[in-house]
Amino acid sequence: MTGLPHEGRIAERKLNVSASAAVNMPVRQLAEHAYHIRKHALRMGAVQGQGYIGQALGVADVLAVSYFRALRYRPEEPQWEGRDRFLLSIGHYAIALYAALIEAGIVPFEERETYGSDDSRLPMSGMASYTPGMEISGGSLGQGLGIAVGMALGLKRKGSDRFVYNLLSDGELGEGSTWEAAMSAPHWKLDNLIAIVDFNNQQADGPSMDVLGHPDLVAKFEAFGWHAQRVDGNDIEALVAAFDAARELREPRPRIIICDTLMGRGVPFLESREKTHFIRVDEDEWDKAIADVDAGWVARGGAVNSAI
Amino acid sequence: MNAPVRLKTSAMIASIAAEGQRTISAPFGHALAKAAESRPRIVGMTADLGKYTDLHIFQAAHPDRFYQMGMAEQLLMMSAAGMAREGFQPWVTTYAVFAARRAYDFLCLAIAEEDLDVKVVCALPGLTTGYGPSHQATEDLAIFRGMPNLTIIDPCDAIEIEQATTALADHRGPVYMRLLRGKVPAVLDEYDYKFELGKAKLLRDGNDVLIVSSGLMTMRALETADALRADKVDVAVLHVPTIKPLDEATILVAAGAKPGRLVVVAENHSVIGGLGEAVAGAMMRGGVHAPFRQVGLPDAFLDAGALPTLHDRYGISTKAMTDNIKAWLAA
Repeated sequence: MTGLPHEGRIAERKLNVSASAAVNMPVRQLAEHAYHIRKHALRMGAVQGQGYIGQALGVADVLAVSYFRALRYRPEEPQWEGRDRFLLSIGHYAIALYAALIEAGIVPFEERETYGSDDSRLPMSGMASYTPGMEISGGSLGQGLGIAVGMALGLKRKGSDRFVYNLLSDGELGEGSTWEAAMSAPHWKLDNLIAIVDFNNQQADGPSMDVLGHPDLVAKFEAFGWHAQRVDGNDIEALVAAFDAARELREPRPRIIICDTLMGRGVPFLESREKTHFIRVDEDEWDKAIADVDAGWVARGGAVNSAI
Repeated sequence: MNAPVRLKTSAMIASIAAEGQRTISAPFGHALAKAAESRPRIVGMTADLGKYTDLHIFQAAHPDRFYQMGMAEQLLMMSAAGMAREGFQPWVTTYAVFAARRAYDFLCLAIAEEDLDVKVVCALPGLTTGYGPSHQATEDLAIFRGMPNLTIIDPCDAIEIEQATTALADHRGPVYMRLLRGKVPAVLDEYDYKFELGKAKLLRDGNDVLIVSSGLMTMRALETADALRADKVDVAVLHVPTIKPLDEATILVAAGAKPGRLVVVAENHSVIGGLGEAVAGAMMRGGVHAPFRQVGLPDAFLDAGALPTLHDRYGISTKAMTDNIKAWLAA
């Protein structure tokens, strides 16, 4: 629905990547995409009356930068060989990725209303066999990064210069299999692998740092041999710089971007609500949440897009 | 007075070949290396057990297509899934215990649920090492039979391993194959036999007993049939190398062919959840009623020790099977 010439946009980005003045326009466009992604997610949440909406609002900026700054893809051809792969290991973030896929034109806008319903292509947990643009079936946490290692090896085998991205969560870092993959990627010098951690410090049983603390993540990954960055995951300019740096790095090692995000970002009453993995939203609150997201965009000088 | 002779446990992977038995060295490794010559999609991946699964033969022939993933079986399955997603056909090797127990979730969801073209080939199936429960995959078939999409192969000997490897290279989809490695007995070339995916085959007919068997127990079944001939017991042997999908039609025909004939299912596996229960279920559903017995491993964590000792102790040696069948017939 955006009709963006994605390949052309990438070419433009490569030309202008070092010119900081040129970043200003993209940032504003990216912020608009993030605003749309939040609205798509809230509309889907309203369909079900529930969902991992806190995570979706928190990670919307990361997804906007991923899909409208970093990734190469063809919306009408989700399996295009020349695409960058984006693997969602955190299956419960499906609502967030669907919102991004809708915004990117990979999933038709009209399907948004089917979210989580019988026979929908948008089930509550993300699965590759259901949804265009969903590269893997996540949900059993700790599988994405290892699959990404295999795909990155496969791409190199084919002589492809495309990237594999894997979005994982802070809670998922508790899975030992993630660390098997974390050891493997530098061993194979996978400079075509970019891991993204949505660090919202919230998992099923409480704050991630209390459930199974993992401090010093940058130092940990650097010690494993990764190029590691930690950024404010709700600061689009910072995200752009981090994603660009990860892609442009000329070193034979994998890259990771740890993104500190705020659950419920963009909806003040959800941001301040007692944090839980599965944020409760009452029936009458969905419209209020959407109004908040609209107001936030207006406050940034944008115009409300009531069509979505 | 002489002390009793005690057999030694010997190496991790003890040979199952009887003394003087004809063997072929590393049949899987050689067959895969050959299959890969004309099939560029094939890659080999292992978790620090290349030498112990004969994959080192493939590695030597195709070094640039071999991936040492380290002692990390979860990663092994995940990365194989990723490779398959990029269009390759990974042949993944480890020990059966590690694939079935440690890496189950990864094989199940990253590979089987996605119906990816990954072949998982595992040494030390059932009771083929004397190193105790940490290495004895006595329940691998029980674990894997419940996994949708997964084809399960339990080949008998070196001849069948070679044939099955070639056949699986031309088959798309996830497969678990039990592997005999090292110097593997060659038996089936003496029979008019060719491996066909999904097919059970009658190797010999007989009026008194039908042994339905898979894996190395088919070798033992053929030896048992020879041994029982001396007692005027006429034994048929139906070999079932594909555990899943099970060739129920052929099994039902064989089991129902001669009323009153004793059906014995012989497997190198726990009596729970393997070929025995699969055949029993098929017979019940198919309305074929026959005297039924199982030769298999007990529902227990097994002892360490020398394989011949353990095979006798747990009833899967040729002698134990022969004695048991005689006793069942006399009962």
